[in-house]
Amino acid sequence: MAQTYRSQLIDPLVDNNPITLQVLGICSALAVTSSMQVAFVMSLAVTLVTGFSSMFISMLRNQIPSSIRIIVQMVVIASLVILVDQVLKAYAYEISKTLSVFVGLIITNCIVMGRAEAFAMKNPPIASFIDGVGNGLGYGLLLMVVSVIRELFGSGSLWGVTILETVNNGGWYVPNGLLLLPPSAFFVIGLIIWAVRTWKPEQVEEREYKIQTVEGH
Amino acid sequence: MEGLVSLAVKAVFIENLALSFFLGMCTFLAVSKKISTAMGLGISVMVVQALTVPANNLILTKLLAPGALAWAGFPDVDLTFLGLISYIGVIAALVQILEMVLDKYFPPLYNALGVYLPLITVNCAIMGGSLFMVERGYNFAESATYGLSSGFGWALAITAMAGVREKLKYSDIPDGLQGLGITFITAGLMAMAFMSFSGVKL
Repeated sequence: MAQTYRSQLIDPLVDNNPITLQVLGICSALAVTSSMQVAFVMSLAVTLVTGFSSMFISMLRNQIPSSIRIIVQMVVIASLVILVDQVLKAYAYEISKTLSVFVGLIITNCIVMGRAEAFAMKNPPIASFIDGVGNGLGYGLLLMVVSVIRELFGSGSLWGVTILETVNNGGWYVPNGLLLLPPSAFFVIGLIIWAVRTWKPEQVEEREYKIQTVEGH
Repeated sequence: MEGLVSLAVKAVFIENLALSFFLGMCTFLAVSKKISTAMGLGISVMVVQALTVPANNLILTKLLAPGALAWAGFPDVDLTFLGLISYIGVIAALVQILEMVLDKYFPPLYNALGVYLPLITVNCAIMGGSLFMVERGYNFAESATYGLSSGFGWALAITAMAGVREKLKYSDIPDGLQGLGITFITAGLMAMAFMSFSGVKL
């Protein structure tokens, strides 16, 4: 096997991050990043689902007829998500209320489906499990970074603990309300992508049109 | 009736699935390079959304909700935990049926929309619409309105996005921001524009 388990786990963190490079799983991600706690639970849930669904699908891969593979994958993923949803409702009811529909939306999260289709259908169970967990962690990492920025500057706290005392509570920090609203998630992720691609220039996309400099000017 | 109209306006503008709940983002970013394809996908999403939300509403109220199986002699059964798997099953099946019906009876429409239909099964906007319907407890009429108008909102957003991106490809963007990065920032600006609808009531 060309790839070691270690590089399988590390690669999706920055070099091949599911969100910034593969454009997968943005759907349910952004709405849950306005507070760290919620983002953490969400990343944990996604990592578990991606890991185990890749493992189970890989175990079944020789039995699944290719014409109905999408449906079989859906059933595996949906069962795992139901499990996560029930556990959250039982032990973390408050957080599961805040996450509302986004736990259910892990089913249609493209990361889970994408890894199942691209990796787990061709590789043995353990490798698929590690690949799933790695991609889940890559997703989680980006979620945590975004939520740290949004919670710290949007409400002056981290993990619900006040770091920057806000003006309303007699402190000095004027919170930036925009960071708690949906559009800011787009800006923050856009800027992160910019930063990552400046750091790793090989990820930059080709231009469709180049601006030409005319001779003699 | 008034309630339904204001629900529709809310679903199209204020609570736009793409721009304020980030649903269907993968396809929203991937298929918004040309106006014509974006519009095709938008219309397919709208059709599928308008069918699946009411269908799932029927499944919820007639089969899954606590006590819903009373007609079959099981008044104490609560199957709501099977919700997620049934909704995705309904969506996958409906998309498949729609594809076959279009192929058989409306070939020109199938040629135009066919390629997008498989993408729609995994579009979070569709699943999200059904889940919001469950969470907010819409009745049948409300869910039909919500399905149609939220699908329309999504179609509007992706078409507008494609319009912006068609012009954007001629502009001089910093290397690192090229492609995905600038698309995110554009989407953010559009989301801000849509936020100015908040508070509009009919």
